[in-house]
Amino acid sequence: MTTKQTADQGNGASQLSDETPDVPVLEARGLGKRFGSVVALRDVDVSLRAGEVTCVVGDNGAGKSVFIKMLCGLIRPSDGQILLDGTPTEFSSPRRARALGIVAVYQDLALTPTMSLWRNFFMGAEPVKGWGIFQRFDVEYAKQAMQTELEKLGVELGDPDRAAHTLSGGERQGLAIARALYYGARILILDEPTSALGVRQSGAVLRLIRRAAQRGTAVILVTPKPQHAFWVGDRFLVFQRGRLIEDRASETLTLESLSYLMAGGGEVDELESAIANA
Amino acid sequence: MSLLQLPAFGKKRPWVRTAVLRPELGSLVAAALLFIFFSIASSGAMLEVPTIARVLDTAWPYGIIAVAVGLLMISGEFDLSAGVMVGTAGALLGVMAAEWGMNLWLALLLSLGVCLALGLWNGVLVVWTGLPSFVITLGTFFGLRGANVALSKYFTGDALIENIDEAAGFDSLHAIVATVFGTAPSDFRVSLLWWCGFTLIATWILWRTKIGNWIFATGDDREVARAVGVPVNGTKIGLFMLTAGAAWFVGVSNAVRYTSVQAGQGVGAEFFYIIAAVVGGCRMAGGYGSAVGPAIGALIWGIAFVGIPHAGWNSDWRWAFLGVLLLLSTLINHIVGERVRTARSG
Repeated sequence: MTTKQTADQGNGASQLSDETPDVPVLEARGLGKRFGSVVALRDVDVSLRAGEVTCVVGDNGAGKSVFIKMLCGLIRPSDGQILLDGTPTEFSSPRRARALGIVAVYQDLALTPTMSLWRNFFMGAEPVKGWGIFQRFDVEYAKQAMQTELEKLGVELGDPDRAAHTLSGGERQGLAIARALYYGARILILDEPTSALGVRQSGAVLRLIRRAAQRGTAVILVTPKPQHAFWVGDRFLVFQRGRLIEDRASETLTLESLSYLMAGGGEVDELESAIANA
Repeated sequence: MSLLQLPAFGKKRPWVRTAVLRPELGSLVAAALLFIFFSIASSGAMLEVPTIARVLDTAWPYGIIAVAVGLLMISGEFDLSAGVMVGTAGALLGVMAAEWGMNLWLALLLSLGVCLALGLWNGVLVVWTGLPSFVITLGTFFGLRGANVALSKYFTGDALIENIDEAAGFDSLHAIVATVFGTAPSDFRVSLLWWCGFTLIATWILWRTKIGNWIFATGDDREVARAVGVPVNGTKIGLFMLTAGAAWFVGVSNAVRYTSVQAGQGVGAEFFYIIAAVVGGCRMAGGYGSAVGPAIGALIWGIAFVGIPHAGWNSDWRWAFLGVLLLLSTLINHIVGERVRTARSG
């Protein structure tokens, strides 16, 4: 709990959400997805606010990855709608979602291995100069802008010409998050950013996430680790069997109760009684 | 303060290190060594101007298409139909101009349209079906191989279409694609300038435009690229069309230069382009390579093609040479290249 409070000190998040208390950045209403006759997710009602870290937790197959994929345009919902700043919006592709300020950073889908850091950083959104057929990728600007953004976030990666796969797991996440924020991501979706990292690097990435929220970004964090979620999260969405079963603020939880919810909540009780009765 | 730290690479790299890490360096060294080798083996005949003219004249048709095939390879795809498409472009131009009496410039545009449509067909089919481009373009290869000859015979009664020089617009088109500098045998074609120009433009596109970044990204990791908003399908389709366009240029250039077209030409050349691209340092799996590399790869083929008979060897050894070259360069790229890529890519 001490860690938690330290983390929130000097955090501009509450201040930011006070200014715009009633307009959720992103809202899902009755959101659902069917694949043929299989219902992957149903009736999700959620609203996300700027400056908050919302942790999405749940078992494998609980529907959390389908949920975030719908938010970032990789999957189209079968039911319900998504509202951006209160306006119903359809995300036809990740490119469209990104143009609207929703950026997803995936555990495996963050960077391409062979390309340099700066090429990766601007991939799909290359800064250009010049006109018509003489329009060109502004390489000098790209390298400079990347370094500036990394410095602002306190991420040190060295030579911008390094191939991306020479980065460690934590550095990859750092670069991907910095990239998302650089593009003015208002909603940042992170899919298990710390799952492949050691303790020290996890800590660095979690601090980076906190910093992103302080800058007014709505962060959605998917993680299977209760400690990580609890340290960084403002809100917790618990998914189970294709449904959203809990939507809790961090004040209402302890690490133990969160771990209990993440481990499957009621399912654990069921399992225990099943074992006891066997 | 820094959250994530790693022993930083020096800001300034020694130029030697930078040069060693270029994808086309290996092919450049190989071309130089090969040229020196054949110069010695041919007792200096290799250094004479007519020989050099022949080397370049052998290399350019492969070079222009190899550059396009190289970009396509960097995006992670192959095109086995690029060779026969040279025949398609030439035969189309020949039938329309020599047989139907169409103005050559109009025939030029129409054949370009057909070739781009074939490139579009390849690209769309690869993107839609998700099948390996190897299979899709092999289908196009056989389809065109049959159609080129069958349609030429149907319209002209022969697989050899002649008298293209009698069509309207011949002189102006000839000046642009087939002008000669110097007198035979020390003659250099304007095609060499087209080759250089195309290689330079392709290099610029690859390294200094956003489309270049998309080409690298698409080949390096298609799903990552798509997730961050790179139009991967459009990039691939565009490159298949570029390859078809390069084949078109070579096909019509040859048709105008020789004033006749053998409809069956180009069969078998598809492998030369791929070999030139691989020798030039393009990674077969995509994501890494250059445009200059494939051009040098084609030059190596020209040096060997002309050098082997000049050295007094049986010309049949050319094919064996090509096999050894492919195997060696792939091995070198695999061993050295992978190590280099882990250090840096630009």
